[in-house]
Amino acid sequence: MSRARPWLYLLPTAAVLVPLFGYPVYMLGLLSVFDYRQAQVSGGQPTTFVGLGNYATVLGDPRFWQVLLQTVGFAAALVVATLAVGAALAVLLTRVSAFPRAALSLAALGAWAAPAMTGATVWMFLFDADLGLVNQALGIEGFNWFYDRWVTFGVVGATVVWHSFPLVMLTLYAGIQAIPGSVLEAAALDGASAWHAFWRVMVPMLRPLVTIVVIQSIIWDFKIFTQIYVMTSGGGIAGQNSVLNVYAYQTAFGSSEYGLGSAIGVIMTLILLVITLFYIRALHRTGERL
Amino acid sequence: MRHLANTVALVVAFLTAFPLYWMVVSAVKPAGEIQSLDVKPWTLHPTAEHFARVLTGEGFARYFLNSAIVALSVVVLSALVAFLAAVAVTRFTFRFRTTVLIMFLIAQMVPVEALTIPLFFVVRDLGLLNTLGSLVLVHLAFSLPFAIWMMRGFVAAVPEALEEAAMIDGAGRATILWRVLFPLVAPGLVATSVFSFITAWNDFVFARTFIISAKDSQTLPAALLVFFKPDENDWGGIMAASTLMTIPVLIFFVAVQRKLVSGLGGAVKD
Repeated sequence: MSRARPWLYLLPTAAVLVPLFGYPVYMLGLLSVFDYRQAQVSGGQPTTFVGLGNYATVLGDPRFWQVLLQTVGFAAALVVATLAVGAALAVLLTRVSAFPRAALSLAALGAWAAPAMTGATVWMFLFDADLGLVNQALGIEGFNWFYDRWVTFGVVGATVVWHSFPLVMLTLYAGIQAIPGSVLEAAALDGASAWHAFWRVMVPMLRPLVTIVVIQSIIWDFKIFTQIYVMTSGGGIAGQNSVLNVYAYQTAFGSSEYGLGSAIGVIMTLILLVITLFYIRALHRTGERL
Repeated sequence: MRHLANTVALVVAFLTAFPLYWMVVSAVKPAGEIQSLDVKPWTLHPTAEHFARVLTGEGFARYFLNSAIVALSVVVLSALVAFLAAVAVTRFTFRFRTTVLIMFLIAQMVPVEALTIPLFFVVRDLGLLNTLGSLVLVHLAFSLPFAIWMMRGFVAAVPEALEEAAMIDGAGRATILWRVLFPLVAPGLVATSVFSFITAWNDFVFARTFIISAKDSQTLPAALLVFFKPDENDWGGIMAASTLMTIPVLIFFVAVQRKLVSGLGGAVKD
């Protein structure tokens, strides 16, 4: 009985995850090797097995490579920006009085809590060509922030960073607080500047935490969906601002190419799986017992 | 030096909070001021007209209720299920335990948006399209791996001696589980619930995909798209609806912020 008990406790989890997580993952793979479009969904035409045909189509499409490259570049920029802002502010938090610290923590908590949808709508309004505060403040009339590809990425990126830096800031701040004060004092006595104390003392001591935060940010930023979908109305002018997640969704539900969309989804899952393996290794390095 | 740091911190705090301030202030501005090309960062004539229009005219009261039903169902169910699973992986050693744990970890990384494609067909075959039930089930599934991962730390932090003491006093398995362990991990459950709540409450893509024709089953984030019109966006309405959507999460977050940060510690490293 005692050997079966853990499985008994895991039973409700399995009852949820097998049909609603495991099966869809399996089905995603299955759909990706079939020709599955609107005609097949409605039963007008039989579904045909096409093997790796969908993958060949996707990989042979220059558009896919462009979106992939764009996704990687956008995610990389977001990760760097989020970490730079988050880390700088975490250090700043350790050097300010109680009131500014409380104010910044509370503001960050608010940005973190705000739904992605809210962030998207408010930032869109701030950057609206005619009625937006930003154009008004900068004195540029009617400038459309959502026209040029890179300017659009910049605004969407700022929105994403606004959402994601608080987690990095608060996590790293908690980590810095856990460093014994004597270590930092010793560094200060030895004449280390704030800059050196950060890079030579804090960063090495926080390495495990930093690694986890970096990988979580990579995964998070690689999967961006809502902000792009909402702020650029489904991927921007002619899909110029599309990222993999939006591209897969649009291919499936926009163009009714469910097989092709699934193939893109599988490719994306595989990329994330590789990143996850690095994450698990990093967890192991920190000596966490699984 | 400290002076400068304080100033920088206050400026950053202001900039970070500003979009939220702007949302609320725009939600209470009269329509005339919103459409004015002379934007002012405050208003002297606050009005509830946008809230009234959004709640009654556009049926956001209904969407708000729908969002709350979905999120709260997910919170309760996922807390119970995750608690049991966390006990299984922390209090017992069994074959495949590590494998199970790694699977929970990997499950967190799957891009759930990609799963909308197969899930659309699963939900359709179950006859659950256009129902709130479809959203509850899907969010339960997607919040579980992380919830279990996080609960694990909280369960592990409870000394086993307490359960042993209860057992010596003659308590049965079920009593120990629900009367001893469950109350002890309650703070952890709260922290975990915040995350489940937020995933469900903030969801846009599943609501957009599963609720296709039944307006009555729409949830807030997807319903917000109603206000985006090709010619002219109703910014007053959008900001009022955004405010309605953001306030519950803000309250939730501020109420549990302390537990949240310690809970994250539990999730990141225990």
